[in-house]
Amino acid sequence: MNVLLDNLPALLIAVPLFCAFLLPIIGRFVPKIRDAWIICASFAASLVAVITAFTVYTKGTIVYVFGAAAGSPAAPIDSGGIPFRIIFTIDGFGAFMLLSAAIVSFAVVLYLVSSQKERTGRSEFYALYLLLTAGIFGMVSTGDMFNFFVFLEINSLAGAALVSYHRRGGLAAEGALKYLIVNTVGGLMVLFSIGLLYAQYNSLNMAVIASQISLSTLNIIALVLFIAALAMKAGSVPFHFATPDAYSVAPSGITAVMIVASQAGLYGLFRVLFTLYGDAFNTVTLGWVIIVLGVLSMVIGVTMAIPQKDVKRLLAYHAVSQTGYMLLGVGVALAVLGDPVAMTSYGQTAMEGGLFHIINHAMYKGLLFLAVGAVIYRTGVWSLNKMGGLGHNMKWTMIFFLIGALAIAGIPPFNGFASKLMIYESVFAFNPALSIIAMVVSILTLASFMKVFHSMFMGPQLPEYAEVKEVPKLMIAGMVILTIFVIGFGLFPDLVVNNLVAPAADALINNSAYITAVLGGGL
Amino acid sequence: MIGDLLTGYGFWNPLVWVAVMATGLLVAWLIWRCGESDYDKGTEQTKPYLSGNDEPEKGAVHIRGGNMYWGFTHALKGYYDKLIPLHSGVVNDYLVWFLIGVIVIFVVVIMV
Repeated sequence: MNVLLDNLPALLIAVPLFCAFLLPIIGRFVPKIRDAWIICASFAASLVAVITAFTVYTKGTIVYVFGAAAGSPAAPIDSGGIPFRIIFTIDGFGAFMLLSAAIVSFAVVLYLVSSQKERTGRSEFYALYLLLTAGIFGMVSTGDMFNFFVFLEINSLAGAALVSYHRRGGLAAEGALKYLIVNTVGGLMVLFSIGLLYAQYNSLNMAVIASQISLSTLNIIALVLFIAALAMKAGSVPFHFATPDAYSVAPSGITAVMIVASQAGLYGLFRVLFTLYGDAFNTVTLGWVIIVLGVLSMVIGVTMAIPQKDVKRLLAYHAVSQTGYMLLGVGVALAVLGDPVAMTSYGQTAMEGGLFHIINHAMYKGLLFLAVGAVIYRTGVWSLNKMGGLGHNMKWTMIFFLIGALAIAGIPPFNGFASKLMIYESVFAFNPALSIIAMVVSILTLASFMKVFHSMFMGPQLPEYAEVKEVPKLMIAGMVILTIFVIGFGLFPDLVVNNLVAPAADALINNSAYITAVLGGGL
Repeated sequence: MIGDLLTGYGFWNPLVWVAVMATGLLVAWLIWRCGESDYDKGTEQTKPYLSGNDEPEKGAVHIRGGNMYWGFTHALKGYYDKLIPLHSGVVNDYLVWFLIGVIVIFVVVIMV
């Protein structure tokens, strides 16, 4: 048992990878157990992630050195103080992202097992799903820059393959191709930036680079490319264009987990800004860059959502809009990072609000995509112009959608309200205009979801949907899991913020703790 | 108190909010119960009254998604006329926007 607990970070990657590569074999020789296998595999991977996160929250940052005996220092004595092995460094922020990914990925698997039952090629589909999970887990756990790039690529490639899995007359392939091209360019920019850092510091370890980074032209170029590429992965305006194209054509369960995959990009962005570059740069300028990206994402995302007729494309634009809130909250914290008074007064709350919104968004947007997917599963219709009266036949789906819609619109007592309130109040202290924009965007979000709810579920029962039934129980189960978190996080936000979000915010704000955890006092 | 979320300027307690809403709903229900029950399901009184006209087909009375918020988009026509074409669906355009974004951020970081 101790061996397992000592090697949790390795298992984070090993479990989903091992299960993924076995899936085609199982599908070929014992297809009857394929569904049970993917459920067990996803449960095991999520369990490892939850235990890892719990360990971090109770015992502190985990520094895991691959290929070294347990308890070995990150930098061997004969290495000149440079940790040359691949290292996983999981602090409060990494643990927070692991939790979010673990919950959503398991809930989605339950949903997929039922919704994909009639489809062919399921073994490969689930194998890709587990690869995507491994990519997300790896991105938020690694302490090595090149390793981060590798997991980013696994994330993007598996995501693109899953988007294109059901052809929809070529639309899915087109959406996936755009997603792939854009993310590949972003990935190359990340790789180029890593190269610039490696050329200067002779190390790929984040803690080593963070401990030595200085204001130089090469570092500025690397930083700008990191920001643009990772903001693109996160779906921020003006790098968001491929996001709605891909999300709208992907299988609905996959879109739900793609939200978490894009948030891994957001993790990378915040990790680079706070941990890698820290206060070596003018954080006021960088903070405003992130704030402007956030405001653009909020406003353009929601205004593009309102005229949409394709329900999944509409949800995709709302995903862009919600990313703006996270960028706004964390951007304000970055802008006041060098001002201890402002940081204590409202910066910390802005940071916590932005991070809290990450996990909230993963839950309610995941739920919304699953609920909309349930409607499409039964009706085969994407267009809001052709839907109506489905609340008569799909009562559970309607309730889940309504809960998700109220949460994303920031209506109490659901989780979206709690994180948005933290963002509104703290951002108001920084700049009232930004807070007002955020509130107006929330109102537009509510208006948009009123349209969707009315178009899909309200009105008389339409003759063409008279035979429509509620979705199978496993699909309901996937939605129930996310609903529990949407309501639970909304009813007990203090517990979530104090125990999960605050450690994540502290880990970002205090980058010296990250460096010390790896280097034990620095080089 | 359990549920108190500190927001910097005050606090938010969803449990209190739920209790207040539940009390409000209870009061509303009690008032509703005091009313006279004269609803007869399946009788003439439950049919929609459309000035004496026949009720149209079910599909014809449902307001579809495309019918909603046309006034909003019409009022912002100038904005939407510029914004929607930017989402061209052409991947080359997406990469141009990426390039523009990189240049703008670079200039801002260098200059400010």
